[in-house]
Amino acid sequence: MQEATLLQMRHIDKRFPGVLALNNVDFTLRGGEIHALMGENGAGKSTLIKILTGVYQMDGGEILVEGEQATIRSPQDAQNHGISTVYQEITLCPNLTVGENMFIGRENSPWIKHKEREERADEILGQLGIPARSTQQLGSCSLAVQQMVAIARAVDMNCKVLILDEPTSSLDDKEVNMLFSLMKDLKSKGVGIIFVTHFLEQVYEVSDRITVLRNGELVGEYLTSELPQVELVAKMIGKELDELSALSEVDEKKSVQGEVFYEARDLSSSDAMPFDFTIRKGEVNGFTGLLGSGRSESVRAIFGADKVTGGKVKIKGEEVKITHPIDAMKHGIGYLAEDRKRDGIIADLSVRENIILALQVMNGMFKPISRSESEAFADEYIKVLNIKTASRETPVGSLSGGNQQKVILARWLLTHPDYLILDEPTRGIDVGTKLEIQKLVLKLAEDGVSVTFISSEVEEMLRTCSRLIVMRDRHIVGELKGQDLTQAKVMKTIAGGEKQNENE
Amino acid sequence: MKTNKKLFAGGLGQLTIPVIAIVLLVIFNLIRDPGFFGIAVMHNNDGNIVLTGNLISIINGASELAVLAMGMTLVTAACGGQDISVGAAAAIAGSVLVKVLKSASAINGGTVILAFCSACIVAMIFGAFNGVLVAVFKIQPMIATLILYTCGRSIAYWINGGATPTVSSPIINAIGSFIPGIPIPTPVLIVALMAILFKLLFHFTSLELFTQSVGVNGSAARLNGINSTFIKLLSFIILGVCVSVAGTIGVSRLGLINHETLLLDVEMDTILAVAIGGNNLGGGKFKISGSIIGAYVIQMLTITLYAMKVSSTDVKAYKAIVIILLVVIGSPVVKQRFGKLVEKLMSNKKTVSVKGAE
Repeated sequence: MQEATLLQMRHIDKRFPGVLALNNVDFTLRGGEIHALMGENGAGKSTLIKILTGVYQMDGGEILVEGEQATIRSPQDAQNHGISTVYQEITLCPNLTVGENMFIGRENSPWIKHKEREERADEILGQLGIPARSTQQLGSCSLAVQQMVAIARAVDMNCKVLILDEPTSSLDDKEVNMLFSLMKDLKSKGVGIIFVTHFLEQVYEVSDRITVLRNGELVGEYLTSELPQVELVAKMIGKELDELSALSEVDEKKSVQGEVFYEARDLSSSDAMPFDFTIRKGEVNGFTGLLGSGRSESVRAIFGADKVTGGKVKIKGEEVKITHPIDAMKHGIGYLAEDRKRDGIIADLSVRENIILALQVMNGMFKPISRSESEAFADEYIKVLNIKTASRETPVGSLSGGNQQKVILARWLLTHPDYLILDEPTRGIDVGTKLEIQKLVLKLAEDGVSVTFISSEVEEMLRTCSRLIVMRDRHIVGELKGQDLTQAKVMKTIAGGEKQNENE
Repeated sequence: MKTNKKLFAGGLGQLTIPVIAIVLLVIFNLIRDPGFFGIAVMHNNDGNIVLTGNLISIINGASELAVLAMGMTLVTAACGGQDISVGAAAAIAGSVLVKVLKSASAINGGTVILAFCSACIVAMIFGAFNGVLVAVFKIQPMIATLILYTCGRSIAYWINGGATPTVSSPIINAIGSFIPGIPIPTPVLIVALMAILFKLLFHFTSLELFTQSVGVNGSAARLNGINSTFIKLLSFIILGVCVSVAGTIGVSRLGLINHETLLLDVEMDTILAVAIGGNNLGGGKFKISGSIIGAYVIQMLTITLYAMKVSSTDVKAYKAIVIILLVVIGSPVVKQRFGKLVEKLMSNKKTVSVKGAE
């Protein structure tokens, strides 16, 4: 079944301003295999794919296609080398027919031979067993079929290498199975498939080999059958001791026995499956799990950031309704969003305005914080959190990532919350600031604030949280506390824990 | 050195381009005709002592534009789009004003206030209509307001049954020209009043912060508890108030309502005033003062061209040329290049001075 090497990427380097996105990464794809490319956020998966498809130019290294050096400077070059990509979002035109979509932009003749094209399209669809007709409008097909049409288009362009970037994230189980059988079919025809996904189970179901990246570096290439799930998770998350371990000795993980501050039963939102959750006064807990496991979606549901669809919420024992962020804020909940640029900072506004924003919203439109008062608040928090900014009037967008994050922290601290949700507060910021934020979290808890802390770095969560809620594939699969708070246990639970909230 | 730096820091601010444009226009006019800006004190037909001259007529003539530009700035900042129905809406407001005045037995202070309030409420309702389309149904502002732009003047036509009724009253006359005893044209005073009202609005509410937050990053604003739908809707309603004020000035100047010609084509000048004022038409940070200056730039340009005996059909073409220049100079690309140039010059200077010190 296995054929010769189809594609080789050797010693690939890619630099972005200030970051080494890929450092000496090798990747090999053989004909007739499904090769999963795995890694957490920021590991370099998408950068590698984009280099391969000509969206980015590499800064070092070489690409060999069927043993011959290939220069890929544009998506067109990639296509000429037989490399095709099907993205997560469907990039076809829903208002055209299936057949038109398969041939759009590929015909040299100015005259379109409708009949011929339809026949050809139906032939390919038939060969691949795709349940669609060429004359059907694409928009009327299900998402899975649309995805398959995109694949059929790629296949017809004589593709040797097919890249599927998160193809299953918007499909249901049945559709996923349809897609998988198509993938297996193509595999048997000698096509090499690169499969990018964050669903562990799917990787094991369909892939032959796995390449793992972490922080822009190659961790290794493995045969799927020889790599247990736990080890895969360990490799993706990374186990190396980091510089911050000093902190862990300071904190004894005493379980907090205060009163329950927040309690949710069967809480669900447009993006989160129903789940139960409680947090006590002065407790630090965390949601862990791989990217896409539903940890962010769950905390967003708590804050009312997405459309809340069901469940009961109690704060200090009293039933309350939280459907909008403002409701949560009025009940003393603060939320630092995962995507700082998109959901956090107001880039063009000053540090001062960004800091007072949440408090101002809570005060209401008709009680503006006076200029001098807001300056005093800004100065205070710039000092307390050691925010490095030219002045309080500097636009927050011009600050470094870590300092932007501190500004948003200041924004929520200023509201004196009882419960603070921090979703990836330490992502993409320097080590020193990470440590400061972790210390701050522990300090807040000492002062009686409840904190939910989410981080991709398990180490960091083990250091700060006294209880960890583990999620996989949008379900809670375990809860760890006390002695169980070890990296090994966390990984084991992520990889193999039983689903608890499967049936709603 | 420090003052130097401050000068440059201020020099790259939002108001640079409109202020420079005004200064250049003034200089140009002074060279062309040193007496251009002469202000004379005269008795007008009503026997009032009044100020006259080109400068006064420029500032006076820009009043409707300036008032509309203030409201448009807010809509632009919150929604990242513009309302192109302001001219048509002003015609509606003006028609309502005249309709109420006509139906009163006598025109006195009370009826004028009642008429203005009616016009204002109607304009706010139409503003809210636009606002709902934009904020609730998420229709592009220009498309949403295209509806009222298309049908607004027809609605104005229906209100007064197709006629162009006149109103003659000393009060209306005073609004459109001069209040006895005050030598400054009343529309200019109204602009000043509106500017003060906006200033107070921003001082006593946090509307400015909320509007800018919604405009810069709607997603983050929402997660901070701001009701962005409400903010957008409110901006359109406030623009409605501005529309009724502009319509009232327009009607008062002529003493009649002509639904076809009242503030015709004003919407594009309004958007232009906002743009010349250095405001980002994509929403976000804004300065009302910039838009007001922008309105005066446009009016001064027009009057200058007329004073140069350019025929009224050609004026638009010349105006376009100047506006292209202003907009290009104010574009981020040019600003950035200019910023780099200044930086380079500054660093050169610094090394020179350091060398000099050594």
